[in-house]
Amino acid sequence: MTNQELKDLITGWFAIPEAVQLEFSEEGSQFLNLSIHPDYLHETMYYLKLNRDTDFDYLYCLTGIDWEKELEVVYHLESTEHRHSLVVRTKTSDRETPVIDSVQDIWPTANFHEREVYDFFGIRFKNHPNMKRLFLAEDWEGFPLRKDYVDEVNMVVK
Amino acid sequence: MNTLININNLFLSIIPAEITGLPKMAMIALIYLGIFAVLGLYLVLLERKVAAWFQLRLGPNRVGYHGLLQTMADALKLVSKELTGTVKADKFLYNLAPYFVIITSLMALGIFPFTQKLQAYDLNIGLFFLIAISSIGVIGILLGGWSSNNKFSLIGAMRSGVQTISYELSVGLSLLTMVLLTQSLQLSEIVEVQKNGWLIVQGHIPAIIAFMVFMIAGTAETNRAPFDMVEAESELGAGFHTEYSGMKFAYFFLAEFINMFIIAAIATTVFFGGWLSPFGVTESIPWLGVFWFLAKTFILVFLMMWFRWTFPRLRVDQLLTLEWKYLLPINLVNIVIMAVIVWLNLSIQF
Amino acid sequence: MSTATINNNFKSEEYFINMGPQHPATHGVLRLLLTIDGEIIKKVEPDLGYIHRSIEKMCEKDSYQQIVHLTDRMDYLSSHINNEAVCLCVENALQLEIPERVKVIRTILDELTRISSHCLWWGVMGMDVGALTTYFYGFRDREMINDIFEETCGARLTMNYNIPGGLMQDIHPNFVKRVKEFIAHFKTKIPEYNRLLTGNVIFQKRTIGVGLLTKEDAISYGASGPVGRASGYSCDVRKHHPYSALDRVDFKEALATEGDSFARYRVRIQEMWESISIIEQLIDNIPEGDFKVPTNAVIKLPKGEYYQKVETARGELGVYIISTGTKNPYRVKFRSPGLSNLSLLNHIAVGGKIGDLVATMATIDIVVPDIDR
Repeated sequence: MTNQELKDLITGWFAIPEAVQLEFSEEGSQFLNLSIHPDYLHETMYYLKLNRDTDFDYLYCLTGIDWEKELEVVYHLESTEHRHSLVVRTKTSDRETPVIDSVQDIWPTANFHEREVYDFFGIRFKNHPNMKRLFLAEDWEGFPLRKDYVDEVNMVVK
Repeated sequence: MNTLININNLFLSIIPAEITGLPKMAMIALIYLGIFAVLGLYLVLLERKVAAWFQLRLGPNRVGYHGLLQTMADALKLVSKELTGTVKADKFLYNLAPYFVIITSLMALGIFPFTQKLQAYDLNIGLFFLIAISSIGVIGILLGGWSSNNKFSLIGAMRSGVQTISYELSVGLSLLTMVLLTQSLQLSEIVEVQKNGWLIVQGHIPAIIAFMVFMIAGTAETNRAPFDMVEAESELGAGFHTEYSGMKFAYFFLAEFINMFIIAAIATTVFFGGWLSPFGVTESIPWLGVFWFLAKTFILVFLMMWFRWTFPRLRVDQLLTLEWKYLLPINLVNIVIMAVIVWLNLSIQF
Repeated sequence: MSTATINNNFKSEEYFINMGPQHPATHGVLRLLLTIDGEIIKKVEPDLGYIHRSIEKMCEKDSYQQIVHLTDRMDYLSSHINNEAVCLCVENALQLEIPERVKVIRTILDELTRISSHCLWWGVMGMDVGALTTYFYGFRDREMINDIFEETCGARLTMNYNIPGGLMQDIHPNFVKRVKEFIAHFKTKIPEYNRLLTGNVIFQKRTIGVGLLTKEDAISYGASGPVGRASGYSCDVRKHHPYSALDRVDFKEALATEGDSFARYRVRIQEMWESISIIEQLIDNIPEGDFKVPTNAVIKLPKGEYYQKVETARGELGVYIISTGTKNPYRVKFRSPGLSNLSLLNHIAVGGKIGDLVATMATIDIVVPDIDR
């Protein structure tokens, strides 16, 4: 399926795409990017996997990005059947207690990747069965991959 | 000189007549202990050399000529090492366990006829004694694993218990098959019988089956690969002796090698004519019996090392399946066949 | 791990065992928290991070050339392929035209790296199921590859031979000769591997039907590399997204359908044959030309996001670079094959024995620095 067909198909799922902040862009990326409001993420992901035409059964990368004002979670999806790719992005401006729905019930691989994102960015995933740090010690303070993280002992600032 | 004899006479007159042989026995025991401790060390060296040969390596070659003193140096190191242990270990049992293992394996050595004359104690239930004594060793392993207060040790010890209880049956039954032929449990008698041909030839098919079963079960009894479930290092670290160090560890280690020697020596005595030379070529020189005995034993020891360095390890349930579903039924049928052969006088005699 | 992890389903017959961080079967500092009932595994919970070095954070302070060096330290057995992933990503972003010579040499070295990694895996696999001798056979053959690397790249393990724009140096004059020697030698050694381990009854008993993974689970758990392919899931990046000189070579994707440990084993052995075939197709016609194209001393990527995936010996490695147009990346993410492959361990090991867990882990072939990063 081409990017345009994907775009049309996915837009068709929503009665009012603006209400869920559905946006597509291909600028500055080799994939089709879809961004959506966090509240509608889980539902959209569910359809992306179950729909026969999209069939995104392979979540190969899940990561967080700190855009200083906002925190973003990026999901790279691919269909092993149709061999098309899609990048789903969702942003939250809450830096204190950011919460995003977990997709680990859709793709079990997200279990570890979401823990990694929580570990480094402090984004909690709702409905995750084991939401704790993956790599760092449980009593570690702060979230190291955030841009405002400071650690005077371990970080050499050039 | 005179006083010495007097003291000796005095000493002998004090003690009751039944145990006048005691000093002599103690002396023999000491000599045996010395010889077999050194033998154990050299078995370790042999194992390392054989392993190196299988694995495209050189093996120990620095200490002494071609590494001949390597295991001596290792033993010295082990003697001088600190004995560590876990805090919550059951101290008494923890310390007792290694002695169980080493003493039982050394005791078994006492009854082997190395030649017609060289035999420390000619027990008339020799084979039975060997089977019995080799099962006591496992108590040491169980104690060691249990008292260490370490889960890996515990799993190793439990596996050992399961394994030894199962494979003992096969060891016993395969030897019993041969006893049907020899009609005696006394080891010297068993060797005497073989002057008309080694038992593996006399008993032909059932004897060969019994030998194979015995070697498999014997390897399992000594907890060596491919049956080294007890100390499967990729699963349990070091198994039952994880928490032992220094000389206590060395006892376990040495016992393993002496046990291997014992299994090979039993097989030599029961299947391959003990100290008898092939076709009686050196019958006129009795002391060469030692050479033949050791030569046969070491060939079998080499066979066991060959197993170890080529086979992967079985899983614990497969180990039990092998024993209860294959070896034991084969063994029982084999005994019947042997009985028929003895009854109909079908054994091969020269 | 605190006592909070003990859930309500915990039965009194069950007990915990810590496998690792210092354990022969975990191949590094990985800790597995096992819940066991007798010998039967009820739950496997990996505890990670013992050698976490925060490579992703370090990348944010480094230039693009420097990032390449950090990737060596992730999956150290596929270091050349890791380097290549970053270089390809940067080159694609800069839209550099890479000389054919570089592409061919990179692919040859990739496949040598893969063979070397699989040799080590084969040796360790044998050790994990108790056949200690395989280790030395695997290392004997790996040594020859390491010698080739040493001569050409100057290092045996962490090669750093790739730079954005090409290669650090041209290949050594002996390179072609020695690679051919190695190929001739190694073709006689894989049958030896099969004689020693593959055909062994005990080995087959230990691996056939152990650690079953279905194709659907393989995909949804994000399995890649030989782990995925053994379940019949065609996931070879070299086939689906060819890079460097892989578009001009003819090779079969090693696939199996059983999804058990023995299938994973056979897939890797098959991959060694395929790697040999790829090298043979390329080694005789390495094109003449430059070994690199000049780049600026300070590389600045245009604003945007770049994703590059390559097939390491362990599976799919993704490099995700987000640039804001400065000399440092804004964010770098390495999608490591090990983390996804490890995450399915709990799924396939439960219900087996401790011995099964060890055999399964050996066929998943994890490298801990790759997981921890």
